[in-house]
Amino acid sequence: MIASRDKAPEREDIEAMLPWHAAGTLSRRDAERVEQALAQDAELARRFELVREEMAETIHLNETLGAPSARVAQRLFAAIDAEEAGVTRRTFRLDFSGWLTGLVERVSPRTLAWSGVAAAVAILLQAGLLAGVFLGERGSSYQTASFGETPASGHGAYALVRFNPAATVGDITKFFDQHKVSLVEGPRSGGIYRIQVSKTNLSKDETAKRVAQLAEDKNVVAFIVPTP
Amino acid sequence: MQATSDEALISRIATGDRLAMQVLYARHHVRVYRFVLRLVGNAAVAEDLISEVFLDVWRQAGKFEARSAASTWLLAIARFKALSAMRRKPEEELDEETAGAIEDPADDPEVTAQKKDKGEILRRCLTALSSEHREIIDLVYYHEKSVEEVAGIVGIPEATVKTRMFYARKKLSELLKAAGVDRGWP
Repeated sequence: MIASRDKAPEREDIEAMLPWHAAGTLSRRDAERVEQALAQDAELARRFELVREEMAETIHLNETLGAPSARVAQRLFAAIDAEEAGVTRRTFRLDFSGWLTGLVERVSPRTLAWSGVAAAVAILLQAGLLAGVFLGERGSSYQTASFGETPASGHGAYALVRFNPAATVGDITKFFDQHKVSLVEGPRSGGIYRIQVSKTNLSKDETAKRVAQLAEDKNVVAFIVPTP
Repeated sequence: MQATSDEALISRIATGDRLAMQVLYARHHVRVYRFVLRLVGNAAVAEDLISEVFLDVWRQAGKFEARSAASTWLLAIARFKALSAMRRKPEEELDEETAGAIEDPADDPEVTAQKKDKGEILRRCLTALSSEHREIIDLVYYHEKSVEEVAGIVGIPEATVKTRMFYARKKLSELLKAAGVDRGWP
């Protein structure tokens, strides 16, 4: 009698562990204690079967709940892209020269993989500013093509472009050279840049044709539309 | 070939590796969704919440210290989001699927027992548990979380985890008995 009373707390303790024993998440030591108790106690073994039954139906129930739609992933990664584009713009404004020097030194995926950042570096290369940065001109008063001068209006043809997230600095620089386009303004919200696609005035159809031609460079261009 | 560990993926996410984020999402989004859905009872709300959960992972990957499994960390974030959403909308209507799964009190227990097999009754009773009890049963049985991990996710002492699990199972047995299935326990 005394012996059985002494065993009661131990049995309760073992019984409390049964759900975790069924799930296989006990330590080896505890699992061995439970196994020994189950081998010696038929009622405990019967209760363990109840636990296993509960576990089987819990799994069954959860497995029938389905999965989220593909829209969730689309929304998530769009939010990530938007957030990254925002970080890019902020960095540009807050610590432009320090950011650029660090970027070239590290060339980490986070900094270089974004189209916005890659485009910005390409634009700086185009503007001939990178050399200045490495020569030690580290003031924060740079006036780049993208933030300084107000673009001339009324001359030439323009488009709004968003670069492909996978495009590298080299790809974008090559794109500017090959197609003889130049940056006028950006990045705007969503990583959009305004570029000049022709130095002379073009008709609406001619501009559309020129933009369609640029859109074919899908490695670099994710999105492009004519703009006044 | 060994798959990249969750911890390695999170380290890469902290450096802005979008592909690592896609892999982590593919690996865990269904289980996180199901965990949240069981808490909030509404598929549209659950979808919104898991999007928020993984966005938090993207933002806070650098803070992950790998003291717990990545799945435990994800479930803890998911739980926090779900409870916040439930506080914002305490009267959130259950979707039809979930509402339909709850036992109709008008059903005569014997009739219910005749109509459905024991497994189906058990599943309906699992659905009828309180969210606190559903949560702990799901974490232990479906998400395979240890006592320590459940304590970390739910934010309660380990001893409380065990007693809560006991009471959840006791309640389940009571519901089963009311539905005509007497298991002879507790």
